[in-house]
Amino acid sequence: MDLAQLLDDKLICVCAGSGGVGKTTTSASIAIGMAARGKRVAVLTIDPAKRLADSLGLSELGTDLKEIDPKIFEPFGLEMTGELHAAMLDPKRTFDELIERYAPDHDTYERILDNRIYKELSNAVAGSQEYMAMEKLLELHELGDFDLLVLDTPPSRNALDFLDAPTRLARFIEGRSLRVFLAPGRFGLKLAGRSGSLLFSALKRITGIDLLKDLSEFFANFADMASGFSERAQRVDALLRGSESTFLLICSPEHEPADEAIFLRRKLHEQKLPFGGAIVNKVRRDYFRARKQLDDNLSEQLEARVMENYERQRLLGRRDAEGVERLEKSLGVENVIEVPLFSDDIHGAEGLVHMIDRLFA
Amino acid sequence: MTSTAAGNTRTRKPPLDLFQHRLLFVTGKGGVGKTTVAAALGLAASQAGLRTIVCELDSRERIGPAFGVQMRGFEEVELAPDLYAIQIDTQHAIEEYLMLQIKVRPVYDMLFKNRIFDYFAAATPGLAELVSIGKVWELAQADRLTKGASEYDLVIVDAPATGHAIAMLEAPETFRRIARVGPIHRQAGYIQSFMHDPEKTAVLAVATAEEMPVNETVDLRAALKERVNLDIDIAIVNSLEPQFFSEAEIEQIRGAGDSAPVEAAVLQWERSQRQHEQYARLAKDLKRPLVTLPFIYERTIGRTELQTLADMLAEQLAAPLAEAVADIEEDDLEDAG
Repeated sequence: MDLAQLLDDKLICVCAGSGGVGKTTTSASIAIGMAARGKRVAVLTIDPAKRLADSLGLSELGTDLKEIDPKIFEPFGLEMTGELHAAMLDPKRTFDELIERYAPDHDTYERILDNRIYKELSNAVAGSQEYMAMEKLLELHELGDFDLLVLDTPPSRNALDFLDAPTRLARFIEGRSLRVFLAPGRFGLKLAGRSGSLLFSALKRITGIDLLKDLSEFFANFADMASGFSERAQRVDALLRGSESTFLLICSPEHEPADEAIFLRRKLHEQKLPFGGAIVNKVRRDYFRARKQLDDNLSEQLEARVMENYERQRLLGRRDAEGVERLEKSLGVENVIEVPLFSDDIHGAEGLVHMIDRLFA
Repeated sequence: MTSTAAGNTRTRKPPLDLFQHRLLFVTGKGGVGKTTVAAALGLAASQAGLRTIVCELDSRERIGPAFGVQMRGFEEVELAPDLYAIQIDTQHAIEEYLMLQIKVRPVYDMLFKNRIFDYFAAATPGLAELVSIGKVWELAQADRLTKGASEYDLVIVDAPATGHAIAMLEAPETFRRIARVGPIHRQAGYIQSFMHDPEKTAVLAVATAEEMPVNETVDLRAALKERVNLDIDIAIVNSLEPQFFSEAEIEQIRGAGDSAPVEAAVLQWERSQRQHEQYARLAKDLKRPLVTLPFIYERTIGRTELQTLADMLAEQLAAPLAEAVADIEEDDLEDAG
């Protein structure tokens, strides 16, 4: 697979895969590699653990897009002819900006930002990251400042959570089914009909009256904005399905991450999302057909230990090679991009340049 | 630390400090081996005589197969003597919670038939985390809410990766504030105070001795303090490469010509050196007791490998934690091999 060729006419590259396979580092390397090929690139991460900053050798990375100094890669022989920007997204702020955009008036905007439920949920809760990633992607895409946007997907419990995010965002905002029977009435809330009051008392028992009331207010405030969100969700959906987007699956040769990639491949197919290829990180050296004679200058005891270690490493390398073969077969691709296992995590400019050399080989 | 005690130690030993908690929350960066560590801890605890359950919090089942046991989802399944496992999924956790709350079958059925609560749950992000942690809490109670259920001495949670784990730990407090009064407020309060009682709950961070897992573990400690006022009790450094060769030996080996065994020896040595440095950095920056587990060369981690890891954990945890901190010396790494 030729990464530069694949990404040449793409506007969006989504990197997906399970945790611990080097997704963030790979996203950063792809972005740098394309910037070195003259593109204006932005790489986005939603990672709460500051891994992109780590990857780029920065101590901090803000929520606003920041241009990365091309000089940090120069000592290692990489010349940045394009531009590289990076940001770590902040769910709360992205949500606030969205509300500002869609609120019909300033009062509604302030009322929502003041709502207790909004305050708690927009900030603290897992899952909001995925909504936001998609939102920011759309926003940047529509701004049109960049040739390529690279998205590092959040480390979800389920690596696919983010794919449903646009729809869930709309569903969350609309709260359609709840609004039907939580219409604010004279006594705070009223419910339609007999079954309505039964349901109401059941819900009240679970949640307590206050929570129901706050939820009701929350959704009432959103009522005028729901169509805006829903329409936006559809636009993100269309964007990701389009030919200007591509999904790269990132994994390692180990069983579980590889299985996750195979599973993701199937999901992409089901959801008609464009699959671009797979990158397999942390592949151990395969000593198949390597010269194994040792010169005769080691003690017998040391030679035995060298051979014992070799046998172990050889088996590990074989296992990884089989893992890659299995992956290629299951994904239905001719070849995946293999990145070798380095002696430590890739971090800092030098390591990234090594990785880029492998990715764009 | 001496070399690993071999074999099955089934004699009932006095419970270790760590095992005197009621709940162990095992988290860490993705891909560092949380599930393996949770399973090995479970085995060690059960063999110390504690009735133990390991909770898997995502849909993929990984613990059952290692014991050759078919998991049954939300049901508590016996893996080995005194060792159980359960897969906690949101849907079942919500259903069980509702059934406990409503108690009136027709009303419950109506809520479900109309998929009303589905909408409610989908419309309320964080509820999934709350009911999942709620189920964990339920399992850890002496007096279980589940009808006919027996008490566990220890509940071990194979928690999500760090970011989501913190969100999960925050969920009770978030909902306690959201609900202000009423049943959710009350129950979230119970869960909250249980999770924050250092005598009852311990947090274990799993890491590998690599740059980013080490950074993330150090960040995790700060984030836990800031956001949920908890601390890491122990960090477990997993998958350590053994030190096969000394530096002098590696110099000799380098001289043995250009061949695959030489390359393999040098690569292995470099990896173990880098890990050694990262381990030392973690010890210095985290300032919490560390326990180590070796890299497992076998293709899959089954019952035999888990037993080996469980014995290593039991032995290292037997040393009082305070000593363990003082003991963080470079030779720990060699002992781990």
